[in-house]
Amino acid sequence: MSQEMNPSEVHNEHPTAGLYFRIAMILSVVTAIEVGIFYLTWLGYWIIPILFVLSAGKFALVAMYYMHLKFDHKLFSLMFVGGFVLATSVIFALIFLFQVWL
Amino acid sequence: MAQEHIATADHGEHEATTTGLNHRKMLMWAFLGSDCMFFGSLIATYLVYQGKSLSGPLPIDVFDIPVTSVSTFVLLMSSMSMVLAYSALNRGNMKAFRIWMVSTAIMGSTFIGFQIYEFSSFSTHHIHFECSEVAEKIEHGEYVKAGHNHFYQKECLDQNGILKADHHVDEEYGLKPQTNLFGTTFFTLTGFHGAHVTLGVVWLLSIFFLSFKKGVITREKNLDVDLAALYWHFVDVVWIVIFTVVYLFGVFEGF
Repeated sequence: MSQEMNPSEVHNEHPTAGLYFRIAMILSVVTAIEVGIFYLTWLGYWIIPILFVLSAGKFALVAMYYMHLKFDHKLFSLMFVGGFVLATSVIFALIFLFQVWL
Repeated sequence: MAQEHIATADHGEHEATTTGLNHRKMLMWAFLGSDCMFFGSLIATYLVYQGKSLSGPLPIDVFDIPVTSVSTFVLLMSSMSMVLAYSALNRGNMKAFRIWMVSTAIMGSTFIGFQIYEFSSFSTHHIHFECSEVAEKIEHGEYVKAGHNHFYQKECLDQNGILKADHHVDEEYGLKPQTNLFGTTFFTLTGFHGAHVTLGVVWLLSIFFLSFKKGVITREKNLDVDLAALYWHFVDVVWIVIFTVVYLFGVFEGF
């Protein structure tokens, strides 16, 4: 039966409630780690990339599993990721244009 | 066969449209993509003006990271309850669906409550310290908050620069949108996010009440809930970015 399906339908099984709960726990733990890292002053400027990676991980988990982008049609992902990439590009373009680090 | 039907309803696929995808769901994703750009421009503006305020209060003077961490946790948990509501609906368990929906709305309202508390505490923020304590910190080369330093120079030293040892400072140092660049960009960004959350709570409650009307929200007609869920998770991911970029980076001394 699955061979007759549209390729986008092959992965249409949603995660179980247990997986949703585990993801929520991961999100909570990562948030706690973020807040904990923030108090480790000896990390210095390393705090920026570390927090950036942790926050990107949380973003990806919510988008992929809670928003079902991992299981939905790729066109939906394209529309969202397109907007997200454009927004991120605008942020970095303005940071470099205004030389925020100075 | 019934399972196939539900799976189709889940994703809005095989509709009689040119793409074969449901137009309402497509429109929601187009809206979320454009909302990404909206928040991207607000975050970019905040970052561009970061550290450019001519006067305080600055993020380090007013932010209370433990309080904001709790409100962040509440919003993350609301995303979990939203997805569990959708999952319960797809199983046809209307009782669980309603419980999770109302839980999500309550957690969303709690987040708004935290934001109102935060905004009000920022606007009425007071600075109070003993001059001798700050003088001691300066002497030992310890970090002194910008606001404390400002009032220390203004209130604790006499005309000859001599410390008024017994003097203590208790001054209003509130942050409002018109106070400085930080206030303007911060309240615009977080205010728009709060407005999104408020709209989301109204939307969720509407669906909750509609679910009591027979045949409006069912296992087969789950698209309305799916769209509301997408919107709700979106406000959650936006907050994930705001919490890191505005709050955590904001109080980091080297940023």
